[in-house]
Amino acid sequence: MLEIDDLHVTVGDREILHDINLQIGDGETHVLLGPNGSGKSSLLMTIMGFANFVVTSGTIRFNGEDITGLPVHERASRGLGIMFQRPPTISGLKLGKLLEVTSGDHSKEVQEYALYMHMDKFLERDVNKGFSGGEIKRSEVLQLLVQNPSFVMLDEPESGVDLENISLIGHAIEKLLQKDIHLKSRKKSGLVITHTGYILDYLDADRGHVMCDGEIKCHGNPREILKDIQARGYRECMECQQT
Amino acid sequence: MPADLKKNPELSPEDRERIAQSGIDMISMGTKCGVYFQMNQEVVQAACHEEGIEVLSIGDALKKYPYLEKYIWNLVPKDKDEYTRYVAEVQEPKGYVIIARKGTSNILPIQACLYLGREQIQHVHNIIIAEEGAELHIISGCASGRHVGRGGAHYGISEFYVGKNAKISFTMIHTWGEEIDVFPRSAARVEENGVFLSNYVCMQPVHKIQMYPTAQLVGKNAVARFSSIVIGYPGSLLDLGSRAILAAPGTSAELITRAITRGGTIISRGHIRGETEGTRGHLECKGLILKDGTIYAIPEIEGVVVGTELSHEAAVGKIAREEIEYLMARGLDEETATATIIRGFLDVKIEGLPPALQKQIDTAVDAAEKGF
Repeated sequence: MLEIDDLHVTVGDREILHDINLQIGDGETHVLLGPNGSGKSSLLMTIMGFANFVVTSGTIRFNGEDITGLPVHERASRGLGIMFQRPPTISGLKLGKLLEVTSGDHSKEVQEYALYMHMDKFLERDVNKGFSGGEIKRSEVLQLLVQNPSFVMLDEPESGVDLENISLIGHAIEKLLQKDIHLKSRKKSGLVITHTGYILDYLDADRGHVMCDGEIKCHGNPREILKDIQARGYRECMECQQT
Repeated sequence: MPADLKKNPELSPEDRERIAQSGIDMISMGTKCGVYFQMNQEVVQAACHEEGIEVLSIGDALKKYPYLEKYIWNLVPKDKDEYTRYVAEVQEPKGYVIIARKGTSNILPIQACLYLGREQIQHVHNIIIAEEGAELHIISGCASGRHVGRGGAHYGISEFYVGKNAKISFTMIHTWGEEIDVFPRSAARVEENGVFLSNYVCMQPVHKIQMYPTAQLVGKNAVARFSSIVIGYPGSLLDLGSRAILAAPGTSAELITRAITRGGTIISRGHIRGETEGTRGHLECKGLILKDGTIYAIPEIEGVVVGTELSHEAAVGKIAREEIEYLMARGLDEETATATIIRGFLDVKIEGLPPALQKQIDTAVDAAEKGF
């Protein structure tokens, strides 16, 4: 579904991602681990096509199509979706109105998902204005449920979320990634940034990648990598030569 | 005087559309609610079917109720400036008098339409009175034909009297032409527990507007709220302000402005003066510069006693790129994302306004959205 080849990305004058190679197949969920500032969020932003992240070489292909130069909304319309870690507040724009615009006015579906995410009382509130950490995550997941992307990028879905909400968000993400249907019919794929690994209780990720200093240093079983990092930290990863 | 405005031959479909954009429903006019319609200097209609509410031309009103003399040039001084002097000197004043008698209220707003169809000075002098306990809602749609050229101008004096426990909401939507100069001169006096809501919407190009309405809150716990939503186009000068004088204990005022320029100059003034203890006031101006243009925000708060609490907030900027990209990530193209953010920026919900009037404001804002 997603293929990234030899990708180099700069922000301003600085190269922040170096020689990234990544393949994510249909129905697969991959996890991206790495210390703060290693470039994980930047990779997601680059895949989504945000203007600050300039691809200097390499390609991003989605379902066989080179999307490296496509604007953000074109990528969204092809099936890419992203859950923001720190989304902006949009004063005056009601969450319900945003969902109405993005859903093409499927108001029944919006209402159902809003109830499911316990966000029905937020539809008349300005997008992200005064939302707590957990409310922001629920709002992001709600927007993704309405958008229904085929490739889902999640940037630390569990950060700032209490235990009660993590189960709700976890189950919703399961749904987003079709983890509730049989492996063979599963089409949706995902790339998930996590620090704690709590979200893995809901995801059963297929593969993990460790990022350090803007490079992917290793790949492997996500739980094993996480266990390793929990035991020994990222020091060894940072010293590791790329495989 | 044609009773049925629907058949008025002087109004082209385009003119009717511009009047509709100003929130005036010509179909229901004169049947459902009170109406005042002035075309250039001719009073076309002045009537009201609501019991206890009168809508009269100022000429008829002064003949019928001589006591109204004391309400004229009482809040707005005759010699304030050249525009007030001009109106004071005319032999036959035009304009409306609306009186809501004690305890009455109107559910459907009274529609006052001031239409300018040729290059001349249209002048009006309006008196609006809500007696004790009355609730009065008015929509004032001011429009001109698109092709009215230089020399077209509107001078409007309005004096509002909000009695004890009374409420007036006055929603003014401007749809003037690109060459028109407009000089409203308004003032309100609000008594104990009275509420004065003044809403102003200008989404269409105009040459020049200058106004600075003042509300004097003279009775205990009186409230004033001014809300303005304006867009400045190339060649437009919008010099707009509002002022509240908190002259009695417990009075409060809120002055809110949303201004967008696409090339014109907007001066957003505001002044709250806290003269008595136990008073509160807040002034807020948010401006977006979409293309060239100038937004000059001049918020003033003036406290002269212990126990008045005044604040202001002014911000002028552009739409943040991250906000646009956030919506683009949800599938909206850049143009739609920008328009959606601007629509939100302009979305001012006014407490205490009947839904029909809020809808008119929303419709006027929506009509401009296509051009963002």
